[in-house]
Amino acid sequence: MAKKDDLQVQKIPSQVVADESWSELLRQLVAHLRQNSAQLRQEWARRITQARLLTAMTQDEIFAEATTIYDNYVDALESGTFEALQAYARQLSERIIPRGVETDEVIGIVLLLRDVLARSLFAKYQHDFPFLNRVLDAYEPAANSIANTVAVSFVKERERTITQQQEAIRELSTPVLQVRERLLILPIIGLLDPQRARQLTEQLLQGIRTNRAKVVVIDITGVAAMDSNVANHLVQTVEASRLLGATVIVTGLSPEIAQTLVTIGVDLTKMNTVGDLQGGIEEAERLLGYKVIPVSEQLRKE
Amino acid sequence: MEVPILKQGGYVIATIQGALSDEDLLRLQDNLVDRVGKYRSKGVIVDVTALDVMDSFATKTLRSIAYMIKLRGAETVICGIQPEVAFAMTHLGLTLEGISTALDLEEGLVLLDQRTHARGTSSER
Repeated sequence: MAKKDDLQVQKIPSQVVADESWSELLRQLVAHLRQNSAQLRQEWARRITQARLLTAMTQDEIFAEATTIYDNYVDALESGTFEALQAYARQLSERIIPRGVETDEVIGIVLLLRDVLARSLFAKYQHDFPFLNRVLDAYEPAANSIANTVAVSFVKERERTITQQQEAIRELSTPVLQVRERLLILPIIGLLDPQRARQLTEQLLQGIRTNRAKVVVIDITGVAAMDSNVANHLVQTVEASRLLGATVIVTGLSPEIAQTLVTIGVDLTKMNTVGDLQGGIEEAERLLGYKVIPVSEQLRKE
Repeated sequence: MEVPILKQGGYVIATIQGALSDEDLLRLQDNLVDRVGKYRSKGVIVDVTALDVMDSFATKTLRSIAYMIKLRGAETVICGIQPEVAFAMTHLGLTLEGISTALDLEEGLVLLDQRTHARGTSSER
């Protein structure tokens, strides 16, 4: 053991000495924070309320979270590793994001904790300024990287939630369904933005190819509003489908949309429109040469 | 790259094998307009399955071919446009208005059968 230490000292003496005093400082610091934890936590919670942060949470909740964050914080200071804190921050974010806690609030409370702790260090070591300086040298970088870690975890969690929801919406949004051989329907629901229109067209074209479709019925009953951009996307979709040899029938234009389109003067003469989805499918069946007759009628004929 | 032009029954089929230069396209146009009269064909199919890019010149030439063939008394069907190509074309405003299109060669033949049959019956009356 002693031999090992000797070897290290021989190799890089200055750094080892620095490390020792460094870790000694951190040890003292952590001991101080542990000793006064109750008081510091209270002070922190008080300042959080004062600054009107975390208004979505009750006083008790704030105090409970403050206690756990404080312990994690001191542990991270002591060990110099942030994995546990990171995991906790992620967990915390998962819990508080749905309750409407904002990014600035989270960053605000971590910075407040940093300030509260720094003040307590000032108060303790105010008589020995050079030593205080050294303590702060040890404290500040660690505290800053902790603040960083928590903020980044929060933002990452938030981004993850957003991407997840976006993907869910994207996947939900454009089913291409086959209702008869060579007949596809594409119900569009919700808002059509350029990105979605593009994706929708791509999916439809792939669908036409894989199902060898001759007729496509695009139902826009679920589209609430339409402007010239959306109408142009629709026209492009129709033309692209035609290039693949498929006829497109558009159904379900609401009275409002019909009025808007005529008022803004979008040229939809190239489009084949039918009132509702039922009519559209009937028209498509006619184009494909199907005829649906009730079984009873067929029996009577025979 | 030379585009092979095959005679199949009453139809002429040109299958594009890969990217074509402008000269190739013009040569294809000359050849097709020529063969249609020579073979006394009723329909022409241009298969563009192998093309993964279609620029404005190619679109314009295909359109001219279709109109010229029409003047020579036959029908034209363009078949095999890839979904990505169709998407890009409509975005660039390159459409093949008034020209029949089909998913692939098989569909194209069916479409030509329908078209020429319809014409045949109308002239018999």
